[in-house]
Amino acid sequence: MAKPAVLTHPESLKRPAGPSEYAKNPVNAGMSKAEKVALYTKMARIRHFEQRCIRVYQQGKIGGFLHLYIGQEAVAAGTISLLGKDDHLITGYRDHGHALMVGMSMNECMAELTGKVTGCSKGKGGSMHYFAPDKNFWGGHGIVGGQAPLGTGLAYAVKYLGRKGSCICYMGDGAVNQGAVHEAYNLAALWDLPVIFVIENNGYSMGTSQERSTAHPGCLAKRAEGYGMAWDVVNGHDVYEVRARAAVALRRAHEESKPTVLEIFTYRYYGHSMADPDKTYRDKEEIKEYREQKDPVLLFEKELIAEKVLTPQKAKAINEAAMEEADAAAKFADESPDPTPADVTKDIYWEEDNRGPDTSSRGTIIFE
Amino acid sequence: MPVMSYREALRAAMREELRRDEKVVLMGEEVAQFNGAYKVTEGLLKEFGPKRVVDTPISEAGFIGLGIGASMLGIRPVMELMFWSFSYVALDQIVNNAGNIRYMSGGLINCPIVIRGPANGGTNVGATHSHTPEAVLASHPGIKVVCPATPYDAKGLMKAAIRDNDPVYVMENTILYNDKGEVPEDDYVVPLGVADVKRAGDDLTIVAHGRAVITSLKAAEILESEHGVSVEVVDLRSIRPLDEETVLASVRKTHRVLLVEENKPFCGVDAQIAYLIQSRAFDELDAPIHRVSSVDAPQIYCKRLEDQQIPNPARVVAEALKVLA
Ligand SMILES: Cc1ncc(C[n+]2csc(CCOP(=O)(O)OP(=O)(O)O)c2C)c(N)n1
Ligand SMILES: [Mg+2]
Repeated sequence: MAKPAVLTHPESLKRPAGPSEYAKNPVNAGMSKAEKVALYTKMARIRHFEQRCIRVYQQGKIGGFLHLYIGQEAVAAGTISLLGKDDHLITGYRDHGHALMVGMSMNECMAELTGKVTGCSKGKGGSMHYFAPDKNFWGGHGIVGGQAPLGTGLAYAVKYLGRKGSCICYMGDGAVNQGAVHEAYNLAALWDLPVIFVIENNGYSMGTSQERSTAHPGCLAKRAEGYGMAWDVVNGHDVYEVRARAAVALRRAHEESKPTVLEIFTYRYYGHSMADPDKTYRDKEEIKEYREQKDPVLLFEKELIAEKVLTPQKAKAINEAAMEEADAAAKFADESPDPTPADVTKDIYWEEDNRGPDTSSRGTIIFE
Repeated sequence: MPVMSYREALRAAMREELRRDEKVVLMGEEVAQFNGAYKVTEGLLKEFGPKRVVDTPISEAGFIGLGIGASMLGIRPVMELMFWSFSYVALDQIVNNAGNIRYMSGGLINCPIVIRGPANGGTNVGATHSHTPEAVLASHPGIKVVCPATPYDAKGLMKAAIRDNDPVYVMENTILYNDKGEVPEDDYVVPLGVADVKRAGDDLTIVAHGRAVITSLKAAEILESEHGVSVEVVDLRSIRPLDEETVLASVRKTHRVLLVEENKPFCGVDAQIAYLIQSRAFDELDAPIHRVSSVDAPQIYCKRLEDQQIPNPARVVAEALKVLA
């Protein structure tokens, strides 16, 4: 079958990376200097937190999977920096960037990775399952595409409760081939739900490129048309562009209670997870090109220096502070205790943890 | 006390909870305009309107997952599955999401969702529409499962399920929908995890749940009238939480046990009950535990044979006599 010749890519991606075309967009021009520096700081913190995670993993202290977000920071940073008090978010297993963006601490995130009781999920969730409902962050989900109906349900609840809010539901480019995602699209469009499906298109699902996994790989967002949903494609290396285009979707959610599919083009520098030797499915040259020319943290740094919001010295200081913070988090995780054997059977049922006159259960819930 | 059908009892429970708490929402295929595939939700759209009683597309993974997501923000969705057999296309949502999120979040998030619908054989519809997944689902910590056998229990368990803060899966039975029984009009709940002795007796304990309770009660009458045997029938009502003490008390009284369920035997609920009894009341037993379950094959379509495949009074009587021999 012939593949489409024309790729629907954001215009800005077709040109070499330079100063952002979106700096003057009102959502960006309206930011104070302090807000811009804070956004840069958050991106740098995500980068250095994960760089530190690599070392902790290599020391054998992190078990299971560790999916790094390095290279994709502008996606979480751009979108989450727009959110207000009734805006929620949910994502897949590549969730560290989103967690730090909503304000979770490096300490609780690192301790979760090493399975400590001081972790955000008390060492019960791990890398793929971070949660912070107090910050409107509903996970951290390990099953590809499984969060799409949940995110749609969060948006449904926001609407049911009469709030002017939304839910951003992030997923990878591989997830769009899951049935649950399409069921969620249909429900979101059918019921006019204020949900924004963000496809973080990093080009690969594990070791499988889009050409090998996806019919009509030219544009994943365009599938929205099948459901009568609005869609857009976004250059995910430019945090200003992410903010500008996501703001349109967010307004659509808030003002019209309508869903959007946003395909944000991005790239991951490391393997799919730390278990991926990253040798068989892509070129080292390709990675190098992205790192050198399209790095979202460096591009934003340059942007802010050109705007005179930041100086190279200030940027250096921000990065050093982030590294120190990550070091301290690693130390915190090291020194934290494990959950106890008694903790294993807690947090399963609300009922079991809150036995009292109000509980509607009586019998044995947890078996030996 | 008013007499009503199992179907009406379920409807009464939902109506009362819809009135009590505006966070309660009914959702499912054909629940609103069509009045429910089995008319369980008949009239509720008219009474509560389309915000509270919602028709969904045929997207079990989508709408069940949506309900779970909404429950995380405090909505109390009551989702109808046309058949529990269809839960299998939504199993990721039902098990991985509803069942695990509280745990994986270290107790930060609750999923107070109810999923309900019929789970039974005996209706001549073939293997894909005759599953009884209570054992499969109850094997996952984080999930609760109840199987009401009578109108009284149907209403009381449904109300308890809706008020519960954990995911509760209510397995009904199409063959019981027309069964009638006394149901109080007032607000009562049957707590989850409390079994009920549906018939007292001295010689043999039958432990059952769902429609197998009704089958066992019929068998108990035959055993009494034709064989002079006094049978106690314990209705589990709830699979998880499980009321171990009521089962054990009956075993200590009769010393002989027959387990009856409509599941297939392999890894069925009764495997768990048999383990419970041997581990905590081994010395009380005067005979090995026997079981009557569905014959271990996919559900056969042919009605004459399906009636033999699932437990029926004749099979229960025959097996009971073996335990008593
Ligand atoms: C249902 C399911 N199938 C397979 C996997 C294993 N798996 C985890 S991530 C992944 C690739 C997904 O790629 P993509 O959606 O592009 O997200 P990315 O990892 O690039 O962020 C696979 C196959 C899974 N977790 N869940
Ligand atoms: Mg990908």
